[in-house]
Amino acid sequence: MQRNLPAGPRPKDVYFFATCLVDLFCPEAGMDAIQLLEREGITVHFPENQTCCGQPAYTSGYADEARAVAKAQLDLFPENWPVVVPSGSCAGMMRHHYPKLFAEDPMLKAKAENLAERVFELSEFLLKVLNVKWKDSGKPTKVTLHTSCSARREMGTHLHARELLAQLDGVEVLQQSHESECCGFGGTFSVRQPAISGAMASDKADALKETGADAFLSADGGCLMNINGTLEKRRDSFRGQHLASFLWERTGGSGGKNGKGEKA
Amino acid sequence: MTTQPMQFVPGSEFKRRAAEVVANPFLRKSFRGAMDFLIAKRAAQFPDPELLERQRTLAEEIRRYSLSRLPALLEQLEANLVKNGVKVHWAENPDEANAIILGICRQHDARLMVKGKSMVSEEVELNHAMDAAGIEALESDMGEYIVQLAGEKPSHIIMPAIHKTKQDIAKLFAEKVPGVSYTEDVDALIQVGRDVLRKKFMDADIGLSGVNFAVAETGSLCLVENEGNGRMCTTVPNVHIAITGIEKVVEKLEHVVPLYGLLTRSATGQAITTYFNVITGPRREGEKDGPREMHLVLVDNGRTQAYADEQLRQTLQCIRCGACMNHCPVYTRIGGHAYGTTYPGPIGEIISPHMMGLAATHVLPGASTLCGACGEVCPVKIPIPDLLIRLREEATHEAKPGHAPLVGQGAGKTTFASLAFKGFAFLYSRPALYRLFAWGATRFRFLTPSNQAGWTATRTPLKPAAKSLRDLLAERRIDERKSC
Repeated sequence: MQRNLPAGPRPKDVYFFATCLVDLFCPEAGMDAIQLLEREGITVHFPENQTCCGQPAYTSGYADEARAVAKAQLDLFPENWPVVVPSGSCAGMMRHHYPKLFAEDPMLKAKAENLAERVFELSEFLLKVLNVKWKDSGKPTKVTLHTSCSARREMGTHLHARELLAQLDGVEVLQQSHESECCGFGGTFSVRQPAISGAMASDKADALKETGADAFLSADGGCLMNINGTLEKRRDSFRGQHLASFLWERTGGSGGKNGKGEKA
Repeated sequence: MTTQPMQFVPGSEFKRRAAEVVANPFLRKSFRGAMDFLIAKRAAQFPDPELLERQRTLAEEIRRYSLSRLPALLEQLEANLVKNGVKVHWAENPDEANAIILGICRQHDARLMVKGKSMVSEEVELNHAMDAAGIEALESDMGEYIVQLAGEKPSHIIMPAIHKTKQDIAKLFAEKVPGVSYTEDVDALIQVGRDVLRKKFMDADIGLSGVNFAVAETGSLCLVENEGNGRMCTTVPNVHIAITGIEKVVEKLEHVVPLYGLLTRSATGQAITTYFNVITGPRREGEKDGPREMHLVLVDNGRTQAYADEQLRQTLQCIRCGACMNHCPVYTRIGGHAYGTTYPGPIGEIISPHMMGLAATHVLPGASTLCGACGEVCPVKIPIPDLLIRLREEATHEAKPGHAPLVGQGAGKTTFASLAFKGFAFLYSRPALYRLFAWGATRFRFLTPSNQAGWTATRTPLKPAAKSLRDLLAERRIDERKSC
């Protein structure tokens, strides 16, 4: 998880890889992430031809299909700029699994390695590269954090998000029981093993709610859809919000657009 | 005593069993409590993450080194065991292993075998084979004794009866052990087992044990245990038969030390076990105890298939601590029996396909969210999630050119999944087509089906947003132009 951060002055330009889930299911979170970056004086480039990192096929054992999708992303980031991803698992896919996926093709492998080195999960980038210093502008609130497993184990997002939230005076971060446990999403696992996945999602929703927080935060679209969908089915009003939206709202962003309660 | 034969589990069976456990709040709570306890015990043994990381790296290196020299080490082990007076047997499959052991039993007209805990004996269904031959094979590990009495199989490799409560055991003993009345007093229950077993140790013709580490250089077999039953099995009866998998060999005694330290800490959160036996041959002249005859049965049972592939070989690094299952959120929800394999949980998902073939087990590598908790705690750093992905691929595809097919290669392939992923690749590798799709999915979101297979069983349907991020960005560009 430890990595070399870009040396020298703050980058002026970044690429934004939205991920397919954010593009289609929680676009507001993508907008908020972009605005968080722009407010730091950064030009955010959104390659129009981006689609998906290929993870659903990769983790299901369909390496050829994953490779085809991943290959379509490899040429979208020609400048030597950081690539910021508002999802720990997609960032993990590009950073750790792309080089393996192209291991047998030296040219593509070199490309994948170059890209992997530039991929940052959003909170990691805000904290470690931009060294953001924020002032909280919201009312006191209590939240709890759910970090996706690949964000945790491949990208260290749980630490980065926590540090960012610690900058916000009015935000109290509550600890859930079994914090490091998976929410049961697992991509295609959620439809292949619905009973197990549903049980895990239900336990996670309980653990988050039992903290007494006003909302939970996550930096991963998959976990958000899984847990929020579970809560909504139970007709529970407790909800999760994308970390980017929460951070944007708390630090003087327009707010309200993706307010608490909106389904991710 | 009859044991259930190995139950092969096609996909639907695994799903059905898993769903049954998931729907049982009592079992759910019981598994969760047990796993929480074990997780905390382990964590208390590893207060320094950097030290743990160094220890894991060392243990991984030892296992990798041992495997890299496996054929030579096995030859060395055999030569030294023979020198020490141990008879060495090789079994390619469960039938061969059972035939060898039965042969030894018959030579000695054996009627009673006492068994120390051995997962390899579970793997080859030894109790079943002994039962069929009219030989009583009695488990002497408390947990194994309980599951045997109940006519079940272990649900965990270290704690075989972890699925049973105190009350279950009290009831079982009262029903099955003559002269025992119902008690929930744990000490009294343990004493019941002790009383039964003590006599059996003395009467047994054969003692059977597993092996945790086989040391090539000295021809020694190391046995890790807490109850002393392992020592009884390997010293009291006249004949000791050890059974183990071919991957358990290490070169030197000093290689055992770091592995042992990680094994007990990872497994039960113990710095050291109550007993650690190093067995280097049968009773020698002038010695007053120990078996007069000793055998080792080395079992392959699919291990060479894993060994043949550089990536899959990592499966054989396993030292059977069970930490992967203790930390697995899926195992915690469904327990060990749902898997229908000797080895449940994450290690079972990656090793069972080699032992039982993918036709019977193709669903198991998929029974994971790939959360990575297993790989994180594995004391020998087996990259379990990577191996799960690899086996998912082997389960759904023909063997790659130049690669020997695994047993049951491609058995999990379905037309639906193949087409779905072909469709996925077609759509998501064509940006223009994807944009069109995204445009349609958002504009026609009202057409999103409300029944989305497994997803909507416990969740509301997934519905695209009214506008994609692309749309929002395009609108913003227009707004900016307008305001200029």
